[in-house]
Amino acid sequence: MTIMNGAKMTYVSKTLILCAGLSLAACTNPDRFDDTNTVDLNGGALSGSPQDPRSPAYFQQTVGDRVLFAVDQSTIGSEAQATLAGQAQWLMANPEYTAIIEGHADEQGTREYNLALGARRANAAHEYLVNQGVAASRLKVVSYGKERPIEICSNEACYAQNRRAVTVIAAGLTS
Amino acid sequence: MMRMLATLLMALSLWALPAVAQSNGPLRIEITEGVIEPLPYAVPDFVSDNSAGADFGRRIARVIASDLSGTGLFREIPNEAHISQITSFESPVQYADWKAINAQALITGAVSVDNAGKLVVRFRIYDVFSGQELGSGLQFVGTQEGWRRMAHKVADQVYTRITGEGGYFDSRVVFVGESGPKDKRAKRLAIMDYDGANVSYLTDSSSIVLAPRFSPTGDRVLYTSYETGFPRIYVLDVASVGRRALETQPGTMSFAPRFGPDGRTVVYSLTQNGNSDIFRMDINSGASARLTDAPSIETAPSFSPDGSQIVFESDRSGTPQLYVMSANGGEARRISFGQGRYGTPVWSPRGDLIAFTKQSKGRFHIGVMRTDGSEERLLTASFLDEGPTWAPNGRVIMFTRETQGPQGQASLYSVDITGRNLKQVQTSTGASDPSWSPLQN
Repeated sequence: MTIMNGAKMTYVSKTLILCAGLSLAACTNPDRFDDTNTVDLNGGALSGSPQDPRSPAYFQQTVGDRVLFAVDQSTIGSEAQATLAGQAQWLMANPEYTAIIEGHADEQGTREYNLALGARRANAAHEYLVNQGVAASRLKVVSYGKERPIEICSNEACYAQNRRAVTVIAAGLTS
Repeated sequence: MMRMLATLLMALSLWALPAVAQSNGPLRIEITEGVIEPLPYAVPDFVSDNSAGADFGRRIARVIASDLSGTGLFREIPNEAHISQITSFESPVQYADWKAINAQALITGAVSVDNAGKLVVRFRIYDVFSGQELGSGLQFVGTQEGWRRMAHKVADQVYTRITGEGGYFDSRVVFVGESGPKDKRAKRLAIMDYDGANVSYLTDSSSIVLAPRFSPTGDRVLYTSYETGFPRIYVLDVASVGRRALETQPGTMSFAPRFGPDGRTVVYSLTQNGNSDIFRMDINSGASARLTDAPSIETAPSFSPDGSQIVFESDRSGTPQLYVMSANGGEARRISFGQGRYGTPVWSPRGDLIAFTKQSKGRFHIGVMRTDGSEERLLTASFLDEGPTWAPNGRVIMFTRETQGPQGQASLYSVDITGRNLKQVQTSTGASDPSWSPLQN
C-alpha cells in the first residue's frame, strides 16, 4: 500500500498500522515489509526501502527488531540490551512511529502459561525501551504465547528463535 | 443383574485397585491389571412402527452401539451373530437366543414418526441372564433432525442403569478448529456433539481464538480472541452466536476465563505491566475484584463445583505448580509436589478430583489428583498433551494432543480417569482446546 495523497495521509496516519488490512497476527510474518504494504511517508523513491535508515524495513533488518530469551526467562541479556538500545535510538530519531512489542514463547508449555510468559517478555523489552528514553505512550505490548512461532521445528534450534520479543513498527500516534 | 451392576460399578470406581480376577460365571467381568473385560450386549435395529421410521431405526441403533462400545466398558455382539430377530417391540424376548450368543444386555426399541412429524423413540433394556427387564421402558419424542440426540439419550439410560453412573453421551463439545501451517495457524470456534458429529462454527478464522469454556448450563461460551489485536475475553451466546467483550481496563490483556457454578461469576487472568494475576468478575454488572497479587504468573483458574474454592496455576515457587485458594482470594495452598511442571488444573464436576497438564522430562501428561494433591495419577504421555476437560459425569477426560515437528497437528483425544480407553475424537480439521458441556436437557 502506498499513500501519496497528503490530505488523505493525515486522516489515515491516525489509525493506520503498516500492515493495515491484514490482521495483527499477520504482522509477525517476516515478509510484512515487502513493497506492497509499506507506507511511503515521504513520497520519496528511497523511503521505505531497507537502505533508508528512517524506514521500518531498516529498523527490522539493520537495527534488529527482536530479542531472544532463555527458557522460561524474561531477563534481557547483554546481546538483547544492545539490540534494544539500537531500537530506542531509532525510535527516538523517528518520532512519527509507534511500536507494538510482541512477546512470544516456544511450544513447551501450556497455552495459558505461555501467554503470561510472552507478556512478561514483551514487558521486559518495553521497560528497557522506556528506560532508554522512548515515551511509553508510543509503545504497546501484546503476548502471543505459543500461537505464532517463527520457526516450526520441535527442537531447541527453533525454540530459541521462538522465545522472543519483536518490536513491530507502526505508523502514527493513536492520538 | 445386581452382580453385573456391582462388578461394573466396581470397575468404574476403580482407583489404583490391585488386579482382581473373578471366577467364571454368566456375568463374568475380569479386571486384570486395570483392564476390564467389556460387557457383551446386543442392540438390534429398532423396529419401525411405520415406514417413515424405518431408516431411523437402524441409524439410532448404530449410534447407541457407538456410544456404548466407545466407552470401552461394553462390547457389541454384531447383528450377524443374532439368532432371534426383533420384529415387534411388544413381543416377549426369547432370552435363550440371546444367552446363546452371550449377550448379557439386550436393548430393543421402536421408532415412529407421529402425525405432527415428530420422531417417537421407545426402548427397553433387558438383563438376559436373569431373564428380566432392567428398569422400565422409556419413550422420547423429538424432532427428526434431533435423532442422534435421542439415540444418545437412550445410550445414556443404558449406561446409567448398568453402571450406576451418570451418562455423558447427550452432550456437546466446544473447541478450536485449526487449519493452516504451524506458523500461520488459523483458528475458529467450533461446536460439535461429544462424538464429533454435527460440527458447526461459531466464529470465523479472521482472528486467533483460544480456549473456549462452556457455562454451567451450556448456553454460553467464554473464550479469548485477538479481534482487537490484543487478547481479550468474550462471552458468546451459543443459540444466537451473538457475542460481547467483557469489560477490562485499557492496556491490559485478559485470558484463561472460566465460569463459576452460578453462571455469572467469571474467573480469569489479567495482565498489567507484564504481570498476570487472577481476577473475578460478575458478568452481569461488570464488577471485578482481584484475587491474587503477586509478581509471579497466576493463571488457569477453575472453580470447585460448589463455588467455594479456586484451583489455579502459579510459578511463585520458581516453576509452575497448582494451588488452591478460597473463591474470594487470600492465602493459597500448594497441592502439586511431584517432579515437573503443572498447569491448567480443572476441578471435576463431581468435586473429587482435579485434572491437570504435567510437563516432565520433555513429555507432557494429562493426570488427575485428589483435591488435596494426593494420589496423583498420570493418564497419558506424549510430545504435547494439554488442556483437560471433564465429561459431565466426571469419568472421562478430553484433551488436546499435538504432534511434533513442522507438520505438527493438534487433535482431540479422550481417556478414562483410570487411564483406559485412550482414543482420538474424530474431527475433520485440526482441533484443540476442548470444553465439554453439561448433559443436555
